[in-house]
Amino acid sequence: MSQSEPLLQVVDLKKHFPIHRGVFRKVVGAVRAVDGVSFSMDPGDTLGIVGESGCGKTTVARMIMAAYRPTSGEIWFHPSNGEPRVDLAQIGHAAMRSIRPHIQMVFQDPFASLNPRMTVRQILAEPLVVNKVCRGRELEDRVRELVELVGLKIQHLNRYPHAFSGGQRQRISIARALALYPRLIVADEPTSALDVSVQAQIVNLCLEIQDRLGLAYLFISHDLGLVRHFSRKIVIMYVGKVVEQALAQPLFARPLHPYTEALLSNVPSTRPSRSTHKIILRGDPADPINPPSGCPFHPRCLYAQTVCAEVVPPLEEVEPGHLAACHFADTLHLMGCDALGCVI
Amino acid sequence: MVPVLQVENLRVHFFLDEGVVRAVDGVSFSLEAGKTLGIVGESGSGKSVIGLSILSIVPAPGRIVDGRILLRVDGTGSEPSQVDLVKLNPSGPEARALRGHDVAMIFQEPMNSFSPVHSIGSQIMEALKLHTDVSRHEARNRAIEMLRKVGIPQPERRIDVYPHELSGGMRQRAMIAMALVCNPRILIADEPTTALDVTVQAQILDLLRSLQEEFGMAILFISHNLGVIAEISHDVLVVYFGRVMEHAPVDVLFSEALHPYTRALLKSVPGIDTPVRNYLATIEGTLPDPSTQIPGCPFFGRCTECEGLTICRDEPYELTKVADHHYLACPRLCIRS
Amino acid sequence: MTLDQGKEAKYLNASTRQLVWWRYQKHTLAMIGLWLIGGLYVTALFCEFLAPYSTETRFYDAIYAPPSTIRIFDQQGRLHRPFVYGLTLRIDRESHQISYEEDTTEPRPIRVFVRGDPYAFWGMWSANIHLFGVEAPAKIFLFGTDRMGRDMFSRCVYGCRISLSIGMFGVFLSLVLGLVLGGVSGYLGGWADGLIQRIIEVIRCFPSIPLWMGLSAAMPQHWPPLKVYFVITIILSFVGWTDLARVVRGKLIALRGEEFVLAARFAGAGHARIIFRHLIPSFTSHIIVTVTLAIPGMILAETALSFLGIGLRPPVTSLGVLLKEAQNVTTIALYPWLLIPVAFVIMIVLSFNFVGDGLRDAVDPYSR
Repeated sequence: MSQSEPLLQVVDLKKHFPIHRGVFRKVVGAVRAVDGVSFSMDPGDTLGIVGESGCGKTTVARMIMAAYRPTSGEIWFHPSNGEPRVDLAQIGHAAMRSIRPHIQMVFQDPFASLNPRMTVRQILAEPLVVNKVCRGRELEDRVRELVELVGLKIQHLNRYPHAFSGGQRQRISIARALALYPRLIVADEPTSALDVSVQAQIVNLCLEIQDRLGLAYLFISHDLGLVRHFSRKIVIMYVGKVVEQALAQPLFARPLHPYTEALLSNVPSTRPSRSTHKIILRGDPADPINPPSGCPFHPRCLYAQTVCAEVVPPLEEVEPGHLAACHFADTLHLMGCDALGCVI
Repeated sequence: MVPVLQVENLRVHFFLDEGVVRAVDGVSFSLEAGKTLGIVGESGSGKSVIGLSILSIVPAPGRIVDGRILLRVDGTGSEPSQVDLVKLNPSGPEARALRGHDVAMIFQEPMNSFSPVHSIGSQIMEALKLHTDVSRHEARNRAIEMLRKVGIPQPERRIDVYPHELSGGMRQRAMIAMALVCNPRILIADEPTTALDVTVQAQILDLLRSLQEEFGMAILFISHNLGVIAEISHDVLVVYFGRVMEHAPVDVLFSEALHPYTRALLKSVPGIDTPVRNYLATIEGTLPDPSTQIPGCPFFGRCTECEGLTICRDEPYELTKVADHHYLACPRLCIRS
Repeated sequence: MTLDQGKEAKYLNASTRQLVWWRYQKHTLAMIGLWLIGGLYVTALFCEFLAPYSTETRFYDAIYAPPSTIRIFDQQGRLHRPFVYGLTLRIDRESHQISYEEDTTEPRPIRVFVRGDPYAFWGMWSANIHLFGVEAPAKIFLFGTDRMGRDMFSRCVYGCRISLSIGMFGVFLSLVLGLVLGGVSGYLGGWADGLIQRIIEVIRCFPSIPLWMGLSAAMPQHWPPLKVYFVITIILSFVGWTDLARVVRGKLIALRGEEFVLAARFAGAGHARIIFRHLIPSFTSHIIVTVTLAIPGMILAETALSFLGIGLRPPVTSLGVLLKEAQNVTTIALYPWLLIPVAFVIMIVLSFNFVGDGLRDAVDPYSR
C-alpha cells in the first residue's frame, strides 16, 4: 500500500429520505438531504465541512458513521496500513464492528451525548469493554490516561455527567472518542453549544490531540472562522451539494462560488475597524424537499443568469486543487477575505 | 437630554433552595433614542434577565430587589418626565400598557412568542388593537404594511399564514413586525439571530438597522456572539456574573478594551489575525458558583492580569469612568490608579 | 467554607438515583404519601397480626355495633390505661331498631399482644397472637361491625391486603405486557409497531366497565375465590397495559435517537448492551412513575367491579366487597361506619397519586 492512499474517499454520495403520507404511508416525495457529495481526505488531515442548517452536512457525517445507509454512492475508508480499504456504504453489520474502532464521533450537544446514568469511568470504559480491548488493571490505566489526555482529573472518574459544565462534558466526549485510538474523528459542531471562551479550550484540545496522536478530523461546522482556523481543506455545502472545495488559504483569499463569497461577507466581524462589505442574500436557503432547478443557489445568487436556472453546474476543478460548481467560476471575479474586509 | 431608558443599579435575585442567585447585581446603563446598546455575556451572565426585568416579566423565583428602571414619558408639557418601571405593579394596567406599546421584545425562538393556532396577521392585529384605537380594517392594513417593511414577500397573502408555515428567518421577521407594529420606543432583542444561519442572520441584522433608521427606536441587543454585537451596536455593555465589567462605544471596546475579561473574550475568537492552527487564547476555569457572594471582582481566579491579588476579590469597587463614554470595573485598574 | 465544599462534593459525586431522591424529599406531600403507602403495605403484609379478629368471626350479640369509644377516664373520673366498656344489645320491639348500651360497671383494658382468634400467618405458621385486643367476653370494634357482627376494622385491614395486592399484581402483569409489546413496538417500529398501536387503540375504544362486566360474566360461578382473584387481576391488566405500552414505546423512540445511544452504537455496542445498559436504565424512572400512577387506577377498578358485584365475591374481602355492603341508603344512614372503607380507598389513591407526582417531578434531575 502506498503512503498516498487516502484515508477517506467519498464518491457521489446521495441520501434521499422518503416522505410518507396517508394511512398507507405512500411515498410522496423525498428530502434530498445529500445529493451527490464527493471529497477525500488523507491520514492525519483535517477536512472542514461548512454549510447552513439543512445543507446535509450532518447526514454526511451519519453516513460515514454507518448510521444511515446511503441511497447511492461510495464511502471508501482505509482502516489501517496494510489492510484493504472498505466501502462503508455497502458494509454489513458484522464487518462494520471491526471498522468502528477506527472512526469515532464527537457530538454537538454535550448534554445529550453522555448517558446521565453512567459515571465518567463507565462512559470511557464502554468502547474498550465492548471491543474487548482491555480489562481489569489495564482498562483502569487506559481510562486514567484518557481522562488526563483531555485535561480532566482522576477524581472526576467517579462522577456522573451532571457534575460537569458543558466544556468539561465535551472533553469527556472527546476522551470517549479517543479511547480506541481511532484514525478518524468525525466532529459534528463540537463547539457550537459552548461559550466562546470554552470553545477556544476545546479547539485547543483538539489541535493538541491531533499533534500528539496524528489522527484525522472531519470537522463539521457552520462557523467559517473556526473552520479556517482548524482545517487544511474545506468543503462548502449548499442544499445537499458541494459548491466549492479547496484548501483553506485559497478558498478564503479568492472564493470561486458566489455562495462562498456571500458566506464570507456575512460572518459578523469582531474587528469593527475593518469595514466589511456585506452581501445580503435574498430569501432563505433552498428547501431540500423541493430544490430549485439548475444550480440550487440561483434564486439567491447575485450573478445568476438564465443558464443557471436550467443546467446544474458540475463540480469542476477550476484551479489546481480548487473545485467549484458554478457555470461562471472562471469568469466571475469574486471577492475574498481581503477585498470584503472580513476578519476570518 | 433625558435618555429613553435609564437603568440604575438594577439587582435581580433568584431565591432558590440552594441559596440566593444574584442574576443581575447592580447594573446601570442608559439607552438613547435611535441607538443600539449591545449586552454581551456568556451563559450564566444574567444578560437575558436584564431584558426581562425591563418588561417586568422576570420568572419566579426571581425578583427585582433593588434599582430603578426609568422610562422617559413625553407629556404635553415641555419637560419630559420619567416613570419608574420597578414601582409599577407588573400585572397592573400601566405596566401592561407600557409592554408592547413603549417597550417591545423579540426572542431567540419566534415559535415561543407566536401562538400556533392563530395566523400571524391576527396576532399582529391583536397587538395593535390592544394598544391603539384602530378599526379592524385599519389594523389589517397596518399589519400588511409592517410585514412589507420587515421584508416578507407578498404580505397580503402571508398575513393569513400560521407561524409554522414560515421558515426560521421569515418567522423572525414576522416577530419583528409584531414587536414594531405599535411603534415602540424601545426594542429589546434577546439573541434574535442565534438560531439562524449566517446568511439569514446578516439579513435580520441589516433589517434591524434599517428599521431603526426609519422608526428611530432604541434597541437593547442581547447576545453571546461578539461578532453580532460588534456589527449592530453603538455602545456595548460586557456583563459577567450579573455585573457590568466594561461599558464603551463599540469601536473603543473592540479595539482598545481595558478589562482583562473583555480582552480575553476577544482573543478567544479566531479571526484573520490569529495564525491558523495556533492555540487560541482561553479563559481558564469556570464561572463561580452562582449562589456565592463575591464582594470584589467575580473574574478573580480566571484573570491572568491581576497576579492573584486577593484585594481584587475582597474589596468592593465600582464601575469607574476611565475615558469619555468608557466605563470599567476592574479593581486593579480602577482602585490602584 | 469547608462545609460548603463538603456539600458541593457530595452533590458532584452523587449518582442520578441520589439526585432523584434528594429532589423527591423536597416534595412534602409525596413524602407523606410515601409514608402512608409504606404503612398500608406493612399493614397488608401483617394483617393477621394487626387485626384483632379474623374476617369471618361473627358476634351475634354485636350486629351493627358502632365503633367502640376508647377511654382513659372511667365514670368516676379516675385515670386508667386505655380501655373500652362492654356493650349490651337492645332491640326495640316495635321498630326492630338495634341500639347498644355501654356497660359502665367494668372497664375492659386494651392489651397488646393478646391471644385471640387463631390464624395461619401467610397461610403457613399458625399463631394466635394479635397486636391488640381486649379480653373476652368484652370486644373491641374500632370501626364498628357489619350486619353479621363482623369487626369492620379487621375486615378493612384484610381488605387492604387484597386491594393493594391486586393493584400490585395487576400492574405487574400490565407492566410485563406493556414492556414487551411497547418495547417491540418502539424498538422494531414499522409493521409490528403499526399492528400493536392499532390493537391498543381498539382496546382503548371499549367502554371499560361493560368490557369488565362481560369478561367477568364469562367466569363460571363455581370457581374458587382464589381463582376468581387471579382472573380479575388478569382482566384488569388486560385493559391496563395499553397506557404502559404507550409510555414504553414513546420513551424508546425518543431514547433511540439520543446522542448517547448513538455514541454507544458507534463505539461498537451490540443491541443487547444498548438495550440493557442504556435504554432500560434511562426509562426505568419514567416506568416507575407510570406504574405508580397506574396502581390507584387498578385499585379503583377492582373496587368498582366488586361494588357492582361482578368482581371479587365474599368470602374474599376486598375494599370493594366491603363497600358492596354499604350499597343501601338506609344502611348508610343508620350505620355510617360501613363507609369507612371509602376512606381507605381515598387514602390509597391519593397517596399513590402524590408519590407519582413527586416522582415525576424528581426523575429528571437536570430540569431546573
